[in-house]
Amino acid sequence: MSDDSIFEYLHTEIVNYTLLQSKENDLSTLEYIGYTTGYRLIERLTREWTRFKDELETMKFIWVYVLQDNAFRFLTRISPKHLEHAPKFVAFTCGLVRGSLANLGINSTVTAEVQSMPSCKFHIQVNRN
Amino acid sequence: MAVCIAIIGKDNSPQYIATSDLDKELELQYRVHAALDVVEEKCEPGTKTTPESRELYLGLLYSTETHKIYGYVTNTKIKFIIVMDSSNTALRENEVRSMFRNLHILYTDAVCNPFYIPGEPLNSKKFDKSVRGIMTGNI
Repeated sequence: MSDDSIFEYLHTEIVNYTLLQSKENDLSTLEYIGYTTGYRLIERLTREWTRFKDELETMKFIWVYVLQDNAFRFLTRISPKHLEHAPKFVAFTCGLVRGSLANLGINSTVTAEVQSMPSCKFHIQVNRN
Repeated sequence: MAVCIAIIGKDNSPQYIATSDLDKELELQYRVHAALDVVEEKCEPGTKTTPESRELYLGLLYSTETHKIYGYVTNTKIKFIIVMDSSNTALRENEVRSMFRNLHILYTDAVCNPFYIPGEPLNSKKFDKSVRGIMTGNI
């Protein structure tokens, strides 16, 4: 449990730092940090797995994936009234998913939708190339 | 003992090649290059659906009079090639398997370095030292 909170603090600080550096709430840096993290992390996560074959093939046929989290970790600590602050806390995760998929050979666009805190929906659109 | 260890990227560009004998470097690189076709063949979807073919370890790719070439491919399509000396008949399959495992662990650690740009050649000294350790059988 204590490990989780350290990670949350780090994440909040990264959000804070990148937004201080950029002008007018530019979330692309944050998304890019997520992207590079995901790209490297997936290398480690798939180490013990068998080779993907069918899963990736199926993924190519379905165009849009939706992942829903009813209690998204980074949003559980924020008051539901402050919905306007939600985008900065989901940008890193969007990048993380996009980076992981990119390293597995799937080019995608990941967007997030927060209708009511703390639930969050991630839309993964596979770009055919 | 391994005479050559190579890491080949997604787009079949060499990312790292270590050879034990500098005089034979070119010859060994030819061996690795030739192995890539076999790797591609083995990874083609729909050829075989036996459980072994789903493993990351690809087994013996091909052998020549002097060398045996083994392959391994990660889920992210990075290929590892190890060229072994054929004169060593005591070599067991499991040893090669564990060499690849160790190599994969080293590779993931090297890639997680934030200063390394994915797709670029790996020139970390620590990584090189550890891989040479695997090559001589010290790990």
